[in-house]
Amino acid sequence: MLQMTGITKVFPGVRALDGVDFRLLPGEVHALMGENGAGKSTLIKVLTGVHTADSGEVRLGGVPVAIGSPKQAQEAGISTVYQEVNLCPNLSVAENVFIGREPRGLGGIRWREMRRRAGELLARFQLDIDPAAPLASYSLAVRQLVAIVRAVDISAKVLVLDEPTSSLDRDEVARLFALMRRLRDEGVAVLFVSHFLEQVFEISDRMTVLRNGRLVGEYATAELSRVELVGHMTGRVLRTLEELHAPREDVREEIASREPVLAARGLGRKGGIAPFDLEVHPGEVVGFAGLLGSGRTEAARLMFGADAADNGTLEVGGSSSALRTPGAAIGRGVAFCPEDRKTEGLVEDLTVGENIVLALQASRGWLRPLSASRRAELVGQYIKALSINPPDPDIPVRNLSGGNQQKVLLARWLITQPRLLILDEPTRGVDVGAKAEIQKLVVSLAGDGMGVVFISAELEEVLRISHKIEVLRDREVIAELANESDVTPERLLEIIANGVAR
Amino acid sequence: MKALTKHRLFWPAAILVVMLLANVIVTPTFFRIELKNGHLYGSLIDIMLYGAPLILIALGMTMVIATGGIDLSVGATVAISGALACSIIAEQPDQEAVGGVLTAVAFALGLSLVLGLWNGLLVARIGIQPIVATLILMVAGRGVAQLITDGQIITINSEPYELIGGGYLFGFPFAVLVVAVVVAGTAVLIRRTALGLLLEAVGGNAEASRLVGIRARRLLVLAYVFCAFCAGIAGLMISSNIRAADGNNAGLWIELDAILAVVIGGTSLMGGRFSLAGTVLGALIIQTLSTTIYTTGVPPQVTLVFKALVVTAVCLIQSPAFRAKVFRRRRPTGPASPAPAEAEVAA
Repeated sequence: MLQMTGITKVFPGVRALDGVDFRLLPGEVHALMGENGAGKSTLIKVLTGVHTADSGEVRLGGVPVAIGSPKQAQEAGISTVYQEVNLCPNLSVAENVFIGREPRGLGGIRWREMRRRAGELLARFQLDIDPAAPLASYSLAVRQLVAIVRAVDISAKVLVLDEPTSSLDRDEVARLFALMRRLRDEGVAVLFVSHFLEQVFEISDRMTVLRNGRLVGEYATAELSRVELVGHMTGRVLRTLEELHAPREDVREEIASREPVLAARGLGRKGGIAPFDLEVHPGEVVGFAGLLGSGRTEAARLMFGADAADNGTLEVGGSSSALRTPGAAIGRGVAFCPEDRKTEGLVEDLTVGENIVLALQASRGWLRPLSASRRAELVGQYIKALSINPPDPDIPVRNLSGGNQQKVLLARWLITQPRLLILDEPTRGVDVGAKAEIQKLVVSLAGDGMGVVFISAELEEVLRISHKIEVLRDREVIAELANESDVTPERLLEIIANGVAR
Repeated sequence: MKALTKHRLFWPAAILVVMLLANVIVTPTFFRIELKNGHLYGSLIDIMLYGAPLILIALGMTMVIATGGIDLSVGATVAISGALACSIIAEQPDQEAVGGVLTAVAFALGLSLVLGLWNGLLVARIGIQPIVATLILMVAGRGVAQLITDGQIITINSEPYELIGGGYLFGFPFAVLVVAVVVAGTAVLIRRTALGLLLEAVGGNAEASRLVGIRARRLLVLAYVFCAFCAGIAGLMISSNIRAADGNNAGLWIELDAILAVVIGGTSLMGGRFSLAGTVLGALIIQTLSTTIYTTGVPPQVTLVFKALVVTAVCLIQSPAFRAKVFRRRRPTGPASPAPAEAEVAA
């Protein structure tokens, strides 16, 4: 279907792609794998006409094609759905599907026919969506499905999905995969990019691995193990993840006997999270396990004062305190890395260094600025400690990769030397290497006596580093488990699915 | 050379230089500065003198725009400040008394601070959109100024007051010295404290700023108060220069010139990153343009069209996207880069 040979793309100072070959067969789901910076996005951008390759050839159905713009790519039959869905929430589903190519007749757009055709199209993919309803009334996941339907309806040879699952929960991912399989069976070549290894193994037929802008190889998914894949991606046998073991029982008990750094009693907020009790001790990692929308983020925000609780009390460092604002929480040594880096974490206009010192400077107030030398020293120290790459404090933070942006946020809070660090999905959208580094960092911070709340949708990750685990479902904390050897991802899933056997 | 064109003040500075050179071609004596009676005279001095109010207002506007807001009420504040100062002086038994003038100045600036506080509270406390919140004072403020002057144009005859907008000190126009002090003071306030960083954070991402514990409300109020304070000083200058308070026409439409100056100076209306030096350059560009129109004798009926054309050209030259399109030379693989900095490297 699609064949790219010898694709090379050079940016000032970087050889982003170096003679990469890539092929896509009709009727397959093909995963493009690699760490951040391996060249995945560049390859996709060459394919979709955002960038033009410096050299190399693209053939579509055996015929050489020149793809100079996204429009040309679309005309050639290559459609892309990006992570951030580019649709208009204020328009109806049908309008979104047909925007720019509405069925017209005498006297303008034929609305009824448009709705009917949209209905047929959705029914063909067995999607139960009302074409007349405004898109805004549907979840992000459904909007993504609508975007895919639209893309396929426009031109249906090659469909590129760039990180489509990063903000979906398990059910929604299953729905997306069902749609992808149906498209594959109709002969569409689907190119899939994701950081979730499990999903890649579940959905893809074959995969291509890139590393540092070069092709590592092309593999059939069924013949590749996870360890082999990670090895191909990182270029080394990865042990860091296995080095971290769930903590031993005597350690857990010793930690639990310490004075809690934070104690919540009956803390809750209507429409956010039902009242819950929680103690976090110094040196303890508390994992929050639960699906997206289960109330994990809501609980964390109450503990940080980002939202005001309407129930219960909160004790920080032994004294009871109503944390009405984030400022109050920070003053008591609580830090919070929010889930959504772009909208709630980074100030993208500012440089790496400025982002790093922001929380510390905010707590000092604007009248007591950090001296330039002190600031340079602190920033340099944390850039080095967290190996933020590139190690330049003066470039805009928007130019960094996802993993490095996450490290910038971590640095921002570590610099304030908090007693309690709340991390909401710190490893989402982060490549395997950075993920392992962040996990190791969390463990070592706890080892130094910091209390950590660790929120993640990846149960394996929660199990690997937590001392105890809070299980959430439907905006309620339904179980608290000590992380013993009999706690497995399967058992957590079962609790999430069925509740606790009492 | 590349590093030079990449600097974010390069284009505003280049435009200003080109405008000044164009003036020299038309008027060869344009750069001449003379010393008469110990006072400096010349076109360049005039530009700075008449541009002084605009520079001040644009400076305040920069702070507000950095927070992601806008202040449409500065023109009204100019009128109110001038009206109050002039009416106080007019009621003095001796208009020449320095004490009376100082009282008038203090009351006018004090009222300006109150007006800024009003704007700031509407925006930060009540949460009205800045453009709407300041529109209230923009419209109502002219009425307030009329109220203060009883609907009259109050003329005064006070030498100490005339110093502010038309007098000289150490050979320099007093207004230019005031601007220099305010600009320098602001620069110190912004870059020696953390105020600039925090303002840019709030303007760049309000929610993220809240979550790092920045108390944005205070900063917002501060920005509007500062902006009104600058407008208040500008109001004193303008009324002092014409020796009268005109509630209807003082500072009319100056808010639009100020916003334009900020934008030409390279600060985005979206908020976030701002540049004080850029704003000063922007205000000087606008004033130079006005002066050019008078000195080169553009017919009065086409001055507005001429100004509009030049401003459009200036804005286009400033735009990296436009430059990339026009000045593209042999760039076969030009990446449609989202970062303007990269586009400038290539341009």
